[in-house]
Amino acid sequence: MINSNNVLSTATRLFTTTCLGLAVLSNSNLATAVEVDVQIHYLEQTIDRPPTRSKLIVWPEDDGQQGAALGIADNNTTGKFLKHQYELQKTIVDNQSDLMVEAKKILGSGPVLLLLNVPAESVVAIADLPAANDDLLFNARSKRVSLRSEQCRSNVLHSIPSRAMLSDALMQFFAKRRWSRLFLIEGHRAGDLLYAQAFRSSAKKFGLKISDDKQWLEDADIRRNASLEVPLFTQAKKYDAVVVADEDQDFGHYLLYNTWLPRPVAGSAGLSPVVWSPVIEQWGALQLHSRFRKLAGREMTGVDYANWAAVRSIGEAVTRTNTNVVAELSQYLIGDQFELAGFKGHSLSYRDWNGQLRQSVPLVHAHAVAANAPLEGYLHQLTELDTLGLDRPESQCSRF
Amino acid sequence: MIFFRLVFCRSVLCRLVLCRLIRSIPFSIALLTYSTYSHAHLVYVTNEKDDTISIIDTKTNEVINTIEVGERPRGITFSKDFSKLFICASDSDAVQVYDVAQAKLIHDLPSGEDPEQFVLHPDNKRLYIANEDDAIATVVDIESRTVVAQIEVGVEPEGMAVSHNGKWVIVTSETSNMAHWVDTDNNEIVANTLVDQRPRDAEFNAEDTELWVSSEIGGTVAIIDVESKETRKTLSFEIKGVSADRVQPVGMELTKDGKLGFVALGPANHVAVVDRSTLEVIEYILVGKRVWHMALTPEEDKLYTTNGVSGDVTIIDVASLKAEKSVKVGRYPWGAAMLPDEFVP
Repeated sequence: MINSNNVLSTATRLFTTTCLGLAVLSNSNLATAVEVDVQIHYLEQTIDRPPTRSKLIVWPEDDGQQGAALGIADNNTTGKFLKHQYELQKTIVDNQSDLMVEAKKILGSGPVLLLLNVPAESVVAIADLPAANDDLLFNARSKRVSLRSEQCRSNVLHSIPSRAMLSDALMQFFAKRRWSRLFLIEGHRAGDLLYAQAFRSSAKKFGLKISDDKQWLEDADIRRNASLEVPLFTQAKKYDAVVVADEDQDFGHYLLYNTWLPRPVAGSAGLSPVVWSPVIEQWGALQLHSRFRKLAGREMTGVDYANWAAVRSIGEAVTRTNTNVVAELSQYLIGDQFELAGFKGHSLSYRDWNGQLRQSVPLVHAHAVAANAPLEGYLHQLTELDTLGLDRPESQCSRF
Repeated sequence: MIFFRLVFCRSVLCRLVLCRLIRSIPFSIALLTYSTYSHAHLVYVTNEKDDTISIIDTKTNEVINTIEVGERPRGITFSKDFSKLFICASDSDAVQVYDVAQAKLIHDLPSGEDPEQFVLHPDNKRLYIANEDDAIATVVDIESRTVVAQIEVGVEPEGMAVSHNGKWVIVTSETSNMAHWVDTDNNEIVANTLVDQRPRDAEFNAEDTELWVSSEIGGTVAIIDVESKETRKTLSFEIKGVSADRVQPVGMELTKDGKLGFVALGPANHVAVVDRSTLEVIEYILVGKRVWHMALTPEEDKLYTTNGVSGDVTIIDVASLKAEKSVKVGRYPWGAAMLPDEFVP
């Protein structure tokens, strides 16, 4: 909606450049229209979800894709005033070998911006491809802690929180409430074991004791006999809360109200640390929810949010630097100036020791936010957000 | 009077001075009484979650009435003659018109969906409304009750401002981080100024030479030169004992005399006072929780702040820059508009 007869038209003509072209760093904040085209690639390996007991648990097929789409739409609405145009190129495969073939194709065409929605091992494999050297990859799906530590890569930023951030959030809550003895139950799947490990580390970090540590029953008929199986399974003298690691939502929900001692259930069921949730209403979140619902016809998941945040990060960087040159955007994103408003009540920014997007972690249940981590009282010399996840001295990443 | 002059003064100069003095006495008395007389203005405060408006009498600083309005009332402003009150009833998708004398809602104006905030053009004919959900600003003709134009803006428009000379309307977009300059002659966007993260409010100074824009998540206020549309200075705020994350500037009020600027800092629970001659923050005043918007009395001697989370309104004495009292209103007070006492029915 820019009036062609306006004062700026001369300036605009002077400044107009074509895409893939010259980087113009604007000194003034008057938005002069420098034409910039931004291509963002999206690569996904569809996960075969195991069947869940409850028919209520539904994993959307376009999980992540819609988040990225909303990010593009938001960027384009802003971009209209700046002559910046964003486009998403999606590639979806269902197996590892096709994934590497497609990754090579995408990365081979010069420096690119790529959203990765792939398993942790593939994040590393793709980042290590020779062609990936000049690219900027966003891990928007894997919560694997090692990707933020010994397996980090300088060309990978993480827009999704790690398991360590989620488990730290929960343990901060327990520590503050002095629920210091915990009964930990882990499922059998790979993700469950990793999540349980994160809970153990976080409990230690915040000085809590895991008094009981058990793996869930392999073949309990839990839908029918929760009230028989669960009390027996959770029988112990003393604990303040039950923590469950059950990432596929298979059995955790059946623990509530059936534990031997009357105690809250937390983790993958009950009080859950999450990336995003429909129950988050503060900080203008209703606005994000409503835009997402209109676009996707469903609620926004944590993976959607992580993809949205990655695309918005790129948008914010392009808006402030007026360039689509990947090397410059990378530098801006990891630098001091970068800030993104992410509907969490504070600025989001990337940690310069491991590329993790720092963000608060809400603790929610089905209908409300119970608390927001970092909880008040946890102090940090830089920002309280860094009390969640791997702080600089805790991370073994040395690539940034 | 003449007797006095003749008796006490011989010289022309003396007579002149005395005459002037005598003539000024009634005025001085009036001035004295004017400054000590408490005005009973009325402050209308929208309660976002109660769907009501609380009315506070500035003489007693008590709530004298609570009126029911539409759903999720937020932006609120009086017509130039103070006969009508316009209310953005966001969830009712309407701007409601309240007749002050009759003390009732008389009709709705079309507003586009989810109107959050608006400004009344100085011509008293047009409302410029931010439609938060749709990245649009709607222009409504009050007389004919029709939509005159819809302007495409950035993502999540909220802050609205109109220059006193009526030339510019400013729309700020929260997620696009821009202040859009709308030429009111043709309702087109002529320029865009980038600001820090999540702009919430915009205010022109009395001379229309400066535009102030608050950035809630950026934690700053940009002072933009209207001529060049570029930021001249960025104000930052630091309060001892308050985490930087909580310093979230939202509403602003600028005194007509050009001396002071007030910035509501949200969950920092303080209002910052800016000395406009130096553009430095000179004071932080503690008020209620999550202070967002404010209204000055016509004399600009008192400032009323809406504290959303504590559900109250704090009265600040401008001369001493001290919070005097807080009065409880409804849930989540949002906007405040001042009805001067001479217009109180």
